[in-house]
Amino acid sequence: MTKLADRAMGYGLRALNHFAGLALVDRLRLRKPAERLLYRAARGGFRSAAAAGRVFSATRKLMQPERPARVGESALFDLTPTEEQQMLQEAARSFADERLRAAAAQADAACAAPAELLAQSRELGLAALGVPEALGGTGSERNAVTNVLVAEALAHGDLGLALACLAPAAVSTALSLWGDAEQQAKYLPAFTGENPPAAALALMEARPLFDPFALETRARERGDGYVLEGVKTLVPLAASAELFVVAAQLAERGPALFLVESSTAGVSIEAEPAMGLRAAATGRLRLDRVELPRSALLGSGEARIYEDCVQLARLGWCALACGTAQAVLDYVIPYVNEREAFGEPISHRQSVAFTVADIAIELEGLRLATWRAASRAERGLPFAREVALARRLCSDRGMAIGSHGVQLLGGHGYVKEHPVERWYRDLRAAGLMEGAVLV
Amino acid sequence: MIYLETPKKFQALVAQAHQVAQQVFRPISRKYDRAEHTDPKELDMLAALLDGMNEAGGTGGAGAAGVRRDSQGQSDGANRNGSNLSTVLGIMELCWGDVALTLSLPRQGLGNAAIASVANEEQLARFKGRWAAMAITEPHCGSDSAAIRTTARRDGDHYILNGEKIYVTAGHRADLVVVWATLDRSLGRAAIKSFVVEKGTPGFEEVRLEHKLGIRASDTAAFVLKDCRVPKENLLGSPEINVEKGFAGVMQTFDNTRPLVAAMAVGLARACLDETRRLLERAGIEIDYRRAAAQQSAAAAEFLKMEADYEAARLLTLQAAWMADNRRPNSLQASMAKAKAGRTGVEVALKCLELAGAVGYAEGEEGAGLLEKWARDAKILDIFEGTQQIQLLIIARRLLNKSSAELK
Repeated sequence: MTKLADRAMGYGLRALNHFAGLALVDRLRLRKPAERLLYRAARGGFRSAAAAGRVFSATRKLMQPERPARVGESALFDLTPTEEQQMLQEAARSFADERLRAAAAQADAACAAPAELLAQSRELGLAALGVPEALGGTGSERNAVTNVLVAEALAHGDLGLALACLAPAAVSTALSLWGDAEQQAKYLPAFTGENPPAAALALMEARPLFDPFALETRARERGDGYVLEGVKTLVPLAASAELFVVAAQLAERGPALFLVESSTAGVSIEAEPAMGLRAAATGRLRLDRVELPRSALLGSGEARIYEDCVQLARLGWCALACGTAQAVLDYVIPYVNEREAFGEPISHRQSVAFTVADIAIELEGLRLATWRAASRAERGLPFAREVALARRLCSDRGMAIGSHGVQLLGGHGYVKEHPVERWYRDLRAAGLMEGAVLV
Repeated sequence: MIYLETPKKFQALVAQAHQVAQQVFRPISRKYDRAEHTDPKELDMLAALLDGMNEAGGTGGAGAAGVRRDSQGQSDGANRNGSNLSTVLGIMELCWGDVALTLSLPRQGLGNAAIASVANEEQLARFKGRWAAMAITEPHCGSDSAAIRTTARRDGDHYILNGEKIYVTAGHRADLVVVWATLDRSLGRAAIKSFVVEKGTPGFEEVRLEHKLGIRASDTAAFVLKDCRVPKENLLGSPEINVEKGFAGVMQTFDNTRPLVAAMAVGLARACLDETRRLLERAGIEIDYRRAAAQQSAAAAEFLKMEADYEAARLLTLQAAWMADNRRPNSLQASMAKAKAGRTGVEVALKCLELAGAVGYAEGEEGAGLLEKWARDAKILDIFEGTQQIQLLIIARRLLNKSSAELK
């Protein structure tokens, strides 16, 4: 078996073992009490310092950045995941269906993911998936498709919790793809180590018709570094993240990505609960004249890199939407078969049955479109068109599926006793969010 | 490994089909749309070419390859891209050209698909090289094909057929017509068999050619069978009435033809999108894949929406064909493809026409001038070979695990 398979198997089995050995996991307390902020479910402009993060330092020097190898040429149309992918899918799916689903309602109400759950997800090694082996990760090839499959699987459990689990991987993936040798050496070991940090990719800003290519967060060149000013919105794990990748308009050059450690002066956080994604503890990230060294700029501010970032994030949201839409379908089928009205199951009514059929059709189309975009991305083929189309489907058809989910349960779909109302809320995010995840 | 691009080995085929569409079909598209019921002679030469391709085991036309369910068929683990996939890819290109002309390609009829699927070896040899149309629908039944009233009564070495068939595609131009008839109405669908009827057989009369909304270059015929004597050797497959298996044999054909009809709609939708993109460019409208739809003009946003549905329809169609190549049961996916593609073809064609305004609405000879024709052609693709509503029923019954008695 390949090295990747060994390590993936290791991670997967470790995850599976956890479900048997929960007592051990419960004893793990990976969050220091000091970092547990006074997180309120209601916004009130309550602002606090960001997490007192660790000191990141390079333990070894790299001669040049490590990049995941590009996936080789394929000759044939194929819809079969590789063995490694299937293994990861299964591990993620078990974790999602057994752990995420059970914790979801509570986490949604509390606007926070349980610490033990995040610890278990770290054990799954999600943040290490995109990191090249040379840097301690399990990624040998550029694996956008794998990331899509894993995101889908996790979101089948719960989208908000999936986001909480995957947010740090967005930063580790960004470093793997675009970090220079110094940045990789400094930050990546933490993500593949025993205690990976919470982290977030912050692109979004709070205004209608937001365009990630027309940012209001600004980076000015000053002396031997930059000064960042602006506010980011709907940042997952904002309060606990130790490292952010922040999108800011770099003077006349254009939008660029910056590494911002949470402990940097001028960085503050505001709780920002939203319609959905609540388990991911979203918040506003405020940057008040935040001074950064030159080495904080990711990817030399290249336009192409920023574009890829925007598009890979959108693709990540499509993948999450696929997983949750599948959850809707899986939930409504037994429901409409059991629920009776006028003397027979409501699934005998064409209006109900056809709605179920439409959910399945649109979900399948959305999934294939997402897979196609990911498959092109990992081969270095142009994929802007394919992401745009998948995003369109995600936003329209994905949301419709969320709406159908509630409708098919009638009044029962409207109350929190059933998960469909949460999926309705979460699926709305998938079509409008920027950043936060990467595949 | 997950990969959804057109396989390299089929790129030449796709290019060739596109050439046919562009060089042969498009120039005569408007001509035969106007001159309904005039035989498109230009297609005869093309048919010879396609015969050659079929021989070589390559692509072909609409389902002429058929489906042989000799064995359960197991994939040996290696991924296959075979004739199902190549055929849908070819059909998409040909129908980008013209759906009706694609349906009028000699020897590529639905009847040929039925023969290929169900005939025994002797019949396969005997009917080789002949063009066969399929006659199922009757005035009172289309979707409910089990309710057909055309009867077949055994008499010595013949069956005597009586009944009426309508909406037979290529019924006028084909040499043979595969007619569905029942051996015994009291035994339900198990007694329904298909019979190959030669043109010219006494008692088999073409009574009408339909005037249609679209696909006018394709002839749609009605027949009356009055004491029509058909040799017993022309009953396709087995004359046994097996209540267990019953209908399944002929219905199997549809699992393989559904993706083909989906492919027709996909090809047509792409033709509409290609022309509309050109028109929008000329009007100064830019379609930006990087930016959200809300940031673009209404026309660009509308275009993105249509293109997204087109992409979904296309990939669903490829999936269904790929599964057939890999011997995976694909009935559900075939129906999903047909349902999505059928409705998307209509929606896209009509919306593109709206955007094009008069340029698309007036009858033109080429390019955007064909948009109104495509909008008329599109509608049948959501109706024949299983309507939208039937596809939804099939899908729903499968997902909900309901019989036709439970979910009507």
